[in-house]
Formats: sequence, structure tokens, C-alpha cells
Amino acid sequence: MRRDLGWWALLLPAFLMMTVLYIAPIVQVLAISVTEPQLGLGNYDRLLTNAGVQRVILTTLRIGLLTTGIALLLGYALAYVIALARPAAQRWWLLGVLLPLWISVLVRAFAWVTLLRRQGLVNQGLQASGLIDAPLPLVWNEFGVVVGMVHYMVPYAVLPMLASMREIDSRLLAAARGLGASRGTVFGRVFLPLSLPGVVAAGVLVFIFSLGFYITPAILGGGKTLMAAEWIKLQILDLVRWGMGAMLATVLVAAILATLAVFSRVVDLRRLFGARA
Amino acid sequence: MTGGYGAGRFSRGIAWATVLYLVLPITIVLPVSLTDQRFLSLPQEALSLRHYANIFASPAWLAAIGQSFGLAVVSTLLAVAAGTLCAIGCWRLSRRASDLVRVLMLLPLIIPSIVYAVGLYRWFGKLDLLDRFLGVALAHAVTGIPYVVITVSAALAAFDPRLEQAARGMGASLGQTLRWVILPRIAPGIASGAIFAFIHSWDELVMVLFITSRQVFTLPRKMWDGINENLDPTMAAVAMLLVVFTLGLLWLDGALRRKRAA
Repeated sequence: MRRDLGWWALLLPAFLMMTVLYIAPIVQVLAISVTEPQLGLGNYDRLLTNAGVQRVILTTLRIGLLTTGIALLLGYALAYVIALARPAAQRWWLLGVLLPLWISVLVRAFAWVTLLRRQGLVNQGLQASGLIDAPLPLVWNEFGVVVGMVHYMVPYAVLPMLASMREIDSRLLAAARGLGASRGTVFGRVFLPLSLPGVVAAGVLVFIFSLGFYITPAILGGGKTLMAAEWIKLQILDLVRWGMGAMLATVLVAAILATLAVFSRVVDLRRLFGARA
Repeated sequence: MTGGYGAGRFSRGIAWATVLYLVLPITIVLPVSLTDQRFLSLPQEALSLRHYANIFASPAWLAAIGQSFGLAVVSTLLAVAAGTLCAIGCWRLSRRASDLVRVLMLLPLIIPSIVYAVGLYRWFGKLDLLDRFLGVALAHAVTGIPYVVITVSAALAAFDPRLEQAARGMGASLGQTLRWVILPRIAPGIASGAIFAFIHSWDELVMVLFITSRQVFTLPRKMWDGINENLDPTMAAVAMLLVVFTLGLLWLDGALRRKRAA
């Protein structure tokens, strides 16, 4: 143990920074939710009585689930094609997945606004081609939010699923084919079941990221489609209702930790978050 | 992975459509940034660089770029120092002993930044760090640590622990072992971590919205105001510069990884 003392000391700077500058502020949020405006669970009472909060939670869950579902579908097809591609082709596909991941989220939201707004390029194109007479409402509503969020989440869906698909022994697929199974049967009876852990991991990751997402929904929702993160910002910066904002923030963290806890039996969390880099 | 089994036409179709959906919308920024019009549009008669000229003639944009760059450099240095030491400590100590620390270091990736931003707003108020360069640098450094821990841990996984034991066995102190044995071997991993921590700070908006007002005004903050208030082609030019800058950093990371693999 004494011999290890020096190694423990190496953890110290990060540990101190983390506790003083990260954990402490977050614990404070939890504390505010039960102490302001007065001590007690009054803020949490609003979860049952306040229609505004309930609507925000429902919107957040609905958009979160929708985003997760679509990102999983698109991501699965993409991961599947990448996993079965030749190594040289894999590199190009991966580039297409990883590039958007690192492009600033503001740049991406800006690009979507440019494309989707009333005088945007999509509406102009559709009108010029005579397909529509009046511009379609493509942004500053729930549709725009989902388009932008799925765009953000697909790479996060692809990476865990691809990691799990790469572990599938290709000889199993060849054997199934050799024994006379059709392509559909090989996929449905062999590949799909073996890739399911990756699908669950990807679903958990995308869902918890969606719940607390701020920038994209705020820009593409245009203030009309309120999700949890933007509602918290409104409470604290605009209405100065700290208790309510902190309450929903606490609920958000609790929901995320609960999701992780439920799925921690199926999903290796450290690997899930390590897969990103 | 082949063996007589490949992806079918249907899945390839969806995969292609998805990649186009991921990449194409971002490329629209380039033509829009070169428009000759005063409003967001495709170039009508000629290509024009005037929106780029606007950025470089605007003290506000230049100041925001400068401030973001300074913040990213300082917070990256802090995150790299703390994160690298932490990853090395965790690697050398038994898994069970350092498990709590490992999980702790992942928290900023799990907890939404809006929750952290709300807490910071209050906490930094007490510490008198609101709207100060140091405050933002510290906040970005702490949330950048996970990226460094992850990449450095990955580099350490490929490092033979017997080298470290040999160095200690021959009488090297902990400091000497770090300096001459461990750090040189994992330098590419540290560089990767630094690049990701840099991008993290450079792009970060949510915390900045809460803990800054006038003194500190970063590039993402300026873009946020631009998107919400006046959508003009200057925004597209800024976005294009950001894309090019990010691609440059990723290319650098790729080059470092290839070097590590060689």
C-alpha cells in the first residue's frame, strides 16, 4: 500500500478538480430543488399539479423516444453495411459517420435552419420544381427538432452497434449460408440476435443524450417546442425561479441515472462511453 | 467479414441515404458562405468572398475568435495535465481500488451540461468567478478531463507494464519513470486527448450561456446570437471556417494515430 502512495497522488489533481468544480455545483442543484423557495418537496409537488411541467416532460420523452427509434433504425443499417464492407470501404464509411460527430453542433443547427426555414433552400427548391405551392413548415416545430436531433445522434447510435457487430464471428454467417439458410434467415436468426447487445447500448446512449439536449432543440424548436433543458434555462435565466429549474434538472439526472441502472446489466457502461473516442 | 454473406441492396440503400443525410446538410454551408447576396442564399450571379472579409474586418468576431482560442488552450492544458496523471494512476493501481475514480471521471459525459451549467451559475457566483476568463477555463477544463482520460487510458492499454517495473526496479523514482519511460510512450495518446479537449472547449456553449455575460464573449456565444437574431451570410462564412478548422484538427489526430500504429 505504501508503495502505491505515489500512484494515488497522481489521481489527486483530477480528483480535486472534479469534486470542487464539478460534483459540488451539481450537488448544489439537488439542494436548491428542495430548499428554494422554501424547505420541502414543494417543487416536486408541481410534477403532479402543474400542467406546464407535465407537458414539457411529455414532449421531452416523446421527442427522445422518436429520436432514439429513428437513429437506431438508420444507424443499424449503416453499422450493418460498414461491418460487412471490405476494410478499405469501411474507412470511407466511418469517415462519413465520424466527420459530422466532430463538427460544431452550432454549425449543424445553422445548416439545418438555412435548409429548412420558410425561405430556405428546401422550400425554394420544392416550389421552383412545382411540387408545392406554399412553403412547408419544416423548422421551428417538432419536425425540425427531430430532423436536427436524429442528425446529431446517428453517429452515437452507429458506434456501439458497429463495435458489437464486429465481434460477431463471420464463420457463423458462412456456416448458416452453407447449411442452406436464405439471406433473410441468416440475418433474422443469426446476425440480428447476436447484434442486439449493441442495439441496446446504442439505444441507451442516444436516449440519455436526447433527454438533456439543449442547443439543437432550442434553435430548431424556435421556442415553440419546449424540451426539458430549454425549460430549465427559461426558469433560471428568464423567470429566476431557481427551485423549479433545479427540480426539473434533478428529475433529468435521476431519469438518466435510472435508465443507466436498469440497463447496466446488459450494457458495459465504461465501454459505452469509451467507445466515443 | 464476408464468407458468402454481404449486405443486401435494401440495407445498402438505407446506409447510403443515411450517410448523405449526415454529410450533405453540412456541405450546404460552403455555397451559402460564398453568396454575392446580402441574405442567406445560394450565389446568384457570382461567387463572393465579401462575407469572409466581413469577419476579418469585424473587431467583435475577431475578439470572440481570440477569446475562444485562448480559453481552449488554457483549459486543454489543465485538462491534459490532470487527465493524463489520473489515467496513469488508475492504470497502475488495481482496478477495484480506482473504480470509483474512473466512474467519477466519466460523469461529465453522462450528466447533461444544462444541469452542470445551472449549478455552476450559482457556485461561481459564490467564488466570484462569473464572467471571468478563469472561471470558463476551469469549467471547460473539468469537463474536458474525460476525453483525455479515455484516450490516454487507451494508449496505456497497449503499454507493457514490465517497462515501468523494470525502471522502478533499477532505482528510478516515480517522477523519473513518468518522465523518461511512461510519458514518451503514450505521447500520441495524450496528443489525441488534447485535440478532443480542445474541440470540446472551442465548441462549448451551454455553460458559457450561464456563466458569462460581457467580459467573456466566446465564438459559440457570438454564433448563438447570430443564429437567433440576424441570420446573415457572415454566419455561413464563420461556420465554414469552423468546419475547416475542425477538419484540420481531426486530420492532425488521424496523422498522430497512424504514427502511433506505425
